[in-house]
Formats: sequence, C-alpha cells, structure tokens
Amino acid sequence: MSQTFSLAAAEQVVPASGLAGSAWLLIALPALGALVLLVGGRRTNAWGHLLGIATVVASFAIGIALFFDSGSSQVQEAKLFSWINVNALNVDFGLRIDPLSITFVLLITGVGSLIHIYSVGYMADDDGRRRFFGYLNLFVAAMLILVLGNSFVTLYLGWEGVGLASYLLIGWYQNRPSAATAAKKAFLMNRVGDVGLAVAIFLLFKNLGTTQYTEVFARVGELSPATVTAITILLLLGACGKSGQFPLQAWLPDAMEGPTPVSALIHAATMVTAGVYLIARANPIYNLSADGRLVVVIIGAITLLIGCVIGCAYDDIKKVLAYSTVSQIGYMILAVGLGPFGYALGIMHLVAHGFFKAGLFLGAGSVMHAMKDEVDMRKYGGLWRIMPITFGTFLLGYLALIGIPPFSGFFTKDAIIAAAFGQEGWRAWVFGGAALLGAGLTAFYMTRLVLMTFFGKQRWKELKAEDGSDFHPHEAKSVMTIPMIILAIGSVGAGFFFTSGDRFVTWLAPSLQPLQEVEHGVLSHGMIQILVIGLSVLGVLLAWLIVGRKDVPVVKPARVSPVVRATRADLYGNHLNEALVARPGTWLARALVYVDNKGVDGLVNGIAASFGGSSGRLRRLQTGFVRSYALSMLASGILVVAALLMVRFS
Amino acid sequence: MNFSSAPMAAGTSSGGAAYLLALLLLPLLGGIVVAFLKDDRMAKLTALTVSLVELALVIPAWITFVPNGSRIQLALSVDWIPAFGVHFSLGIDGIALTMIALIGVLTPIVIGGSWADKLPEGRGAAGFYSLLLVMQTGMVGVFAATDVFLFYVFFEAVLVPMYFLVGRFGGPRRQYAAMKFFLYSLLGGLIMLASVIGLYVVSADYNNGVGTLDWQTLSNVMDQAPLSTQIWLFLGFFVAFAIKAPLVPLHTWLPDATAEAPIGTGVLLVGVLDKIGTFGFLRYCLPLFPAASQELAPLVLVLSVLGLIYGAILATGQNDMKRLMAYISIAHFGFIGLGIFAFSTQSIAGSALYMVNHGLATGMLFLVVGMVIARGDSRLISDYGGLSKVTPLLAGLFLFGGLAALSLPGTNSFVSEFLVLVGSYPNAPVYAILGAVGMILAAAYVLWAYQRVFQGPVRGNALVGVAGGPGAATDPAKVGISDLGVREKVVLAPLVILIIFLGFYPAPVLDVLQPTVDATLQSVGLADPVGGK
Repeated sequence: MSQTFSLAAAEQVVPASGLAGSAWLLIALPALGALVLLVGGRRTNAWGHLLGIATVVASFAIGIALFFDSGSSQVQEAKLFSWINVNALNVDFGLRIDPLSITFVLLITGVGSLIHIYSVGYMADDDGRRRFFGYLNLFVAAMLILVLGNSFVTLYLGWEGVGLASYLLIGWYQNRPSAATAAKKAFLMNRVGDVGLAVAIFLLFKNLGTTQYTEVFARVGELSPATVTAITILLLLGACGKSGQFPLQAWLPDAMEGPTPVSALIHAATMVTAGVYLIARANPIYNLSADGRLVVVIIGAITLLIGCVIGCAYDDIKKVLAYSTVSQIGYMILAVGLGPFGYALGIMHLVAHGFFKAGLFLGAGSVMHAMKDEVDMRKYGGLWRIMPITFGTFLLGYLALIGIPPFSGFFTKDAIIAAAFGQEGWRAWVFGGAALLGAGLTAFYMTRLVLMTFFGKQRWKELKAEDGSDFHPHEAKSVMTIPMIILAIGSVGAGFFFTSGDRFVTWLAPSLQPLQEVEHGVLSHGMIQILVIGLSVLGVLLAWLIVGRKDVPVVKPARVSPVVRATRADLYGNHLNEALVARPGTWLARALVYVDNKGVDGLVNGIAASFGGSSGRLRRLQTGFVRSYALSMLASGILVVAALLMVRFS
Repeated sequence: MNFSSAPMAAGTSSGGAAYLLALLLLPLLGGIVVAFLKDDRMAKLTALTVSLVELALVIPAWITFVPNGSRIQLALSVDWIPAFGVHFSLGIDGIALTMIALIGVLTPIVIGGSWADKLPEGRGAAGFYSLLLVMQTGMVGVFAATDVFLFYVFFEAVLVPMYFLVGRFGGPRRQYAAMKFFLYSLLGGLIMLASVIGLYVVSADYNNGVGTLDWQTLSNVMDQAPLSTQIWLFLGFFVAFAIKAPLVPLHTWLPDATAEAPIGTGVLLVGVLDKIGTFGFLRYCLPLFPAASQELAPLVLVLSVLGLIYGAILATGQNDMKRLMAYISIAHFGFIGLGIFAFSTQSIAGSALYMVNHGLATGMLFLVVGMVIARGDSRLISDYGGLSKVTPLLAGLFLFGGLAALSLPGTNSFVSEFLVLVGSYPNAPVYAILGAVGMILAAAYVLWAYQRVFQGPVRGNALVGVAGGPGAATDPAKVGISDLGVREKVVLAPLVILIIFLGFYPAPVLDVLQPTVDATLQSVGLADPVGGK
C-alpha cells in the first residue's frame, strides 16, 4: 500500500485521579457478585439474581459517571498493584481509562444490565438460576478486565477469563452431550487463537522489554518491519479465535447451545467483538504494517461473505443469527483493517451491532420461550399477531441490521462500505464489492428469517412440541419485554447519534487518532449509498419471492442444489476440522499410548533387565520384592563403601 | 553474615538454624511415635497434629529468611565424616524455602485427604501415616542439605518410605509398580553417586588440594574445571534428576507408580518428590557445572519440549484417571525443564514457581480424582459419565483444579507458565512456541476428561444404580454417591484459596525466589537476554 502514515506523537498519559481513580470498582463489583453467588451456594438462591443485577447496574452507573467526567477524553492510567515482576519483566495490574475503554465499559455494562434483567424471566424455571447469574457476573468482570487492562498481559487475563465464562455458559445444559461438546470446541478453538496472542506478547517482551500499551506504542517504531508484521498477524490470530473469524469461525454457531441470553450478551454483543477491540487498541502497531492490515482486511472480507452465505441456508433461528454475527464482525474486522480510515468506523459498527443484535437474540429467545424451546423456523409462522411486542422490537432490530435508513446499521455499515471503496486500485473493487455483496445477502437471510417466523401460515397449529404437547405461543413477561424495548430504541437511535456531526468519532480520537476521511474513492459516496440500498431491497424482494409468497414446507426440502447442500454443511468447515485435526489427533494419541506402553517401557525394562543379567532376574526381583530390596540395598551399600575406599587410596 | 565466599566452619550455625533442624526432625520423631500407636484414629490424629505443627514451624523459618540476604541461610554445619570432608550441613535458599513450605502445606492436606481411605487387607493406619511422616523428613532433608553427600543420602533415603507406601498400601499391581519405581530411582542414584565421588576427587584440584563436598565451596571453584570433566559429572547428576522429574524417555515408571500409589502418596509423589529432580537441576547442575550446562542445554531443551508435547498427547489418550495425573505431570515437568535451561531470570523464576504451583494445582486435581474414585470405586474414565448431575460440587472442583492445571490466567499456574514461556522466548524461540502449542493440548486433556466423567447423561458402570443412570435406582443417597462432605471441603478449601491468591498476587513467593534465581543464572555465567547487564 502506498499510503504512509506518520507516527502519532507520543500519547499524553495522565495518572488517573478523581473518579477514574476508583475505576477498579467497575471490575470489583461484578467480581464480588460472582464470588458471593458461586461460593455462597444454595443460601443465596432467594436473592442471588437480584445481587447479580445490582452489581452490573452499579458498574453501569460508574461507567456513566466516568463518561461525563471531565477527564474522560484523556488517556488515564491507574496502577493497582504489581502483578508479575521479575527483573526486566514488569506486569502491573493496571487500568487504562480512555474513550475506547469507556465506550466498551458502557456497552458491556449497559447491554449486560438489560440482559441480566431479561434473564430473571428467561431462567425463572431453571434450578441453577443463581449459578447462572454467578457465571454472568464472572463474565462481566472478565470482559471489563479485558477492555480496561493497560497491558497485553492484563488483556490476556480478561481474554481467557471471558473464554472460561463462555465455556461455562455454552455448556450450561451440561448433561446434553451436544452442549458439552460445543463448549469444549469453543474453548479449544479459542486457545488456538490465544497462542497467537501469547507469542505476540513474547515478541514484544523480547524486543521492547515491556508489554504495557503506553510503552509499547511509544517504542514500536524501533522494531523491524518484519517483526511488526509478525506481531500484527499473531494478534490477528488471537482476534480470529475470539471473534469467530475465518479460519477459526466454526465454534461460534455451535455456541448457540447456550441459553439465549448468553448468546445475546457473550456471543453477539460483547465477547466476540473482543478481536475488533484488540486490533483497534493496537492501532499504533497496525499503522506501521501495511501488509498486516491487508491480511486483516482479507480475513474480514472472507468471513463476512462466509457468514452471509451460510446464514441463508439455516432453518435454526439462533444459527442464522449466529452466522449473521460472524458476518457482521467480519465487517468490523474489515473496517479496522483499513487503518486510520476505519478504526473508528469498526468501533461504531460494533456498538450499533451490540444493540441491535442483542435485541434480535432476546427477541429470538422470547419466540423460543413461547414455542417450547423449538428453534426450527419451519415450525413457526404468523407469530406477529400473538407476540406484538416481540415482533415490533425484532422488526426494529431487523431494519437496523439490514441497514435501511434511518436506522443505525445504515449509517455504520454504509460508512464501512464507503471506506472499503476508498482503497487504492484493485483493493477498492475487491473489498468494496465484497462488503456490498454482503449487504445484499444480509437483507436476504434476515428477511427470510422474519418472514418464516412472524408471517405466513401459523404452521405450529398442526404440529406437536418435542414433549408431545401442543404449542401455545404467548407474549413474554414484562421483565423480558422491557429490555427488548430499550434495546430496540437503542437500535433506532444509536447510528444516527453516532454519525451526526461525527461526535463519536471525534470523541474516540485520543484512543484511535482522528479518522481519515476517504477523499476520492472509485465511486462517489452517493453512488455507494444508492447501491447499498438497491442491493438490500433486492435481497428483501428475493426472500419474499422464495419464502413470503407461498407457504413454507414444514420439512426442509431434501432435493437441493449442491450449493445449498454445501452451505447447509457450513461450507464443510467442520468436516475439514474433523479430517485435519480431530481424527488424526485421536489416532496419534492412541498410537502413542500404545507405543509408550509397549515400546518405550519395554525398551527401558529391557535395558534394566540386561543390566541385571537377564529378564528372568528382573522378574524374580519383582516377585520376592522384600528380600530383593534388602539385597539391592546391601549391594548399593557395598558399592558406596567400595567407592569411598577407592577414592581414599587413589 | 555472609557465607557466599568462604565455606562454613564446622560446628557453626546461623540465625534460625534451629527452625530448620526442627522442620527436619519433627516429622521423623512424629513418625516413630505414630508407628507404635495401636488405635487407627489415634494414629491419624497424631499424624495430623504433627503435620500441622510442622506447617506452623514454616512460618518462623519464612520470616527469618531474608530474600536479599546471603544465598544459603538458616545454616548449620557439624562434622560428619571428616576423612572425606563430609559435613552434616543444612541451609536453605529461596527455592528450597518455597519447596519446604509446599511440603508443609501439602502434608496435612494429604493426611486429611487420606483420612477415609480403605487400606488393603491387614494393613493398619499407623504404618501408613508413620511412613508418610518419615518421608516428610526425607523430603525436607533433600531440600535442606547443603553438603552434596548429605543430599545424596536424603535422595536415596526418601525412596525407602515411598517404596513401602506404594508397595504395601497401593492398588492391585502395587508390587510391580513399587519395584519399578525403586529400580529406576536406585539406578539414577547409583549413577549420581559415581558423580558425587568424582566431584570430590576433582574438587581437590581447584580447592588447594583438599577434596570437598561442601556445596558452597564447590559452587565457588567448580567453574574452573575443564568442559570435558564438567560434562561427565553433569551427566551423572542429570540422569538421576531426569529420572526423578521424569523427562521422556525415562518417564515410564511414573504412570505405574502414580496409578498404584494411594491417592495421598501419589499427590506427594508428583507434587514434591518429582521436584527433587528439577530442584537438582537448579541447585547442582547449573551452579556446579556451568560450562556443561550451557553446552548440553540444547539436549535438555529438546527432551523437555518433547516431554511437554508427548506427555500432553498421552494424557489425552488415557482412560485411567490416575495415569492421567502422571502424564499431566510429565507435560508440566517439560515446562519446568524448558524454563531452567532457557537461561533467563524470568524463565528460571517461572520454573521455580512452577514447582510450587504444580504441587498445589495438580495436587488439588489429584485429590479430587481420589474423591471421584472413592465414590465410583473405579479409576477408569469410561466407567463414569454425567457425574455433575449427581455431585455438582465435586464436578465444579474438578473443573477448577483442571483449569489450574491448564494454566488459565487468574490461577497460580498461569503466572509460572507465562514466566517460563515469555522468558524462554528470547533464547529459545522455537521451544517457547512449541511450549505455547502445549497450552492447547493442556486444554484438550483437561476438558475432554471433564466431559467424559462429568458431562452428558448419567451413565457408566461405576454409576450403575444412580438416579437416572443405567440400572436406575431413584435416590442417589441410597446407592451411596453423595456430594462432597465437610472433611473433603476442608481439605480442598486451602488449595482453592492458594491457587486464586497466587494467581493474582504471586509476589510473596516470587520475591523469595528471585534473588536465588538471579544468583543461579549468574553462576552459569550468563546475563539476562532482556535487560541483562
């Protein structure tokens, strides 16, 4: 890439004072909640969920206060204590409070509060509700460490901490084998990414002797270009694991085995966007490597298309939303890969997505709740009449996601597509085109979802639930609908608020540097807007032609084209994992167990036996063990004495 | 006082030496008393009391020790075999202190954990607990000895109680396992003995013609020995230590011994006894044979990383939970070996800390495994399934121990594994990256074992008759599988607390270790690769 960026002047960091000095409470409150709920046991059953909500709401209140604090537009640091300290390696448990981290604090605790409240209703019949809130609190605490930590190691602490919470919650129904397997798969694929993050940290320590953001960012220019590019790609590997990006995307759809509030909070709004956070946070490193950014953009573009395409094929409402998440995070990754043209756009889309996707998942949860946990959309139909609030809020989230003006997705996604078209040469057409195509596909699969769920014939009337009873869909309780309404309002308003007068982008500037506007793209901005809206409308129409015009068959058609078959099989991603990693791994383990028992052990026993004269001797040693033991002690005693004498007289 | 330059005169002692002597002798005396107790309950109570007093004794020793003081503290020395310059010399550095503290913490926990064990037919509790206490003296002695010959004596002596603990109180194949353990260790010990004698002879050339086995003196003079001599002597010690903290391919005794040992003994075996090997690398191989250590480091690194990967892959393939513990430990010893021979203060401090953390984390997981086996009466993973539904707290604590074993950040093991890897990277990048890959395998063996035993529907031979399981009685209480009792909770609680506490605040241990680690790297004659002078 020919564009070059001047290194930003060393950032101004001030010690946290006043309100920012008590930012540790943000983390401590939900951590305390988790501790009480998980250690307290059954005694806390009665009020556990209330404590769980209270700690997150309190953190949210502190976050709001921080946002309005005069110092919020600066970069502030607070060292809490020295964590790992050996000579040159000094890792503090420290916090970095700046516009980027405050943005995430508000998203995590804000959406987190709503989902905690919703869960009171959703999990009301679950015996383990108290423990569920304990895990949710644990997640919030770990996620806050991830975004507030002031070094790559504290980030890593939060990074694996949220991975643990995710593991526990995906496997919530742990006596269901599919849930247990999905949880394990998520953890393992995340660890693959974590190795990337870990090695990046090793490189930083070796070359700069530090892992703290301010010091790394100030001195990253000293590194050789190859090292910088290596670090960017290793960090990207970490981001791919956590954010379900190609080639580590397969765990995220499986993660839908968890309860729906978990899917909304962890696997849509917050944790899975951590990869975007990581790249945006490391922007001074990515600024120095055009190659590294190119790889990021390529991964983002591939993933957004994979997500869209597979999303078109599923009948499981949560899986469609999950692939939608994969694809939308693809947009964000693409955006932050554009460097100074896109960091702020990626974060903007991330926040908007956090609102509308959380809302969509809560809506899906409400539908599932009404439909006895049935997730197959072919069994839904015509639910808008019965669940008007769920339908209304879902519709607003839908409009925001497919990017119909004036809803939030339009502003944020449109900006990313325009920035992609602002690249130079072939990149403009390839990445801009991919993002544009994705917008059309998004409109298609989401319209399909809405039509199959809320419109058409009420197909469930003639069907039975899994337990053999009839379906009696009903609107959810207000403890569930109110969070949905609030998120829907957020979906409507957020995008407009973000872009009006570039307020948000300007506010983020201390963390991400000012956003560089694309000056002369291959297409004018007006043209891009027309194309985005045109393709989206086309997608909507197509979906209507296929599933809206006529009745949806209750059993999915078996005779389909190879393309549909491939998409139904996740484009064979899982088959590939199975064939390349899982099966050879199992065989290797079995083979080595055999070798270790027969070969290595046999060899060593053989050598030992030949020392003893014969294998028969060894067997005798083993049988008459007490006598032999005495004998060998005697022998070694004689040896000792002999050796001592030898030395004495030598 | 400064002992770093001159060897200690015979018959002297420094501040706090009495504590160390008491730490060494109390368990032995206790063990003798326990041996003569007829009543099982009395024997257990006496053993527990002795081990708790021993733990209390660690506190004044810890306080007396000055981290930035001289290398060996709490020292005392009396003549023993004057003809060979052999002294009965005790003293500890930071690494030895933390290991003795680990022994102090683990022993009462192990006694509490073994409280309800069914011993084999005709074996009394007195014998078991007496041997446990005698072994404690041996373990303390190994870490406290500052005379090479005395070290050798403890090194061999500790075999005896362990041999009987496995051979008399272990599982069905206990005699085979005990003999295998004994032969391996004895072989290692004899090879080491040859090196000890060689060391005595050679040291005369550099110590004004006087042969010595005083560690302090040797560490001051042995760097003058030529490389070839150092290599021979190094190898003698190395083989013994590589058998103890088993490096592949000398590891096959450990799975057998671990599988057949009673749970409590197994905890001490992998938690403490095997660390004698890694401690030996740090205390004897590096400072006494610096040139050889540098020369042979690539060999040790290869063996360590091989063990780290090989042990982890084998762990994923195990169906016996106790053998699983052994292979997890083999993988972890790979990390420790990597850190020691990657020669940076971060990696060595990581290894020294790992020795403590592995004892706590794997020790806890091992105890929980014991509690599972006590309920299902089977070591085989395939005999279980869906146990979390029956015993949720047990499941939660297994997972907790497992997460500590896979070094999740926030647990103590993360700090040590991170230090090992980040510190190894500058000198040994390829090995450090392979070590990082070992992190994925660790997640695989822990979570897969957890899934097979605790998740899914209730199933498996061990759980026949449990509610919802095969055979389906309706009341879990009726078939005798219940969740953790008070004793078990009390046994595990201190480990849980230590694992979390040291995960977020390792400074109390790291600060004690670091001066010793710095001195160890200095004695090899190398500077820190990052920020070294």
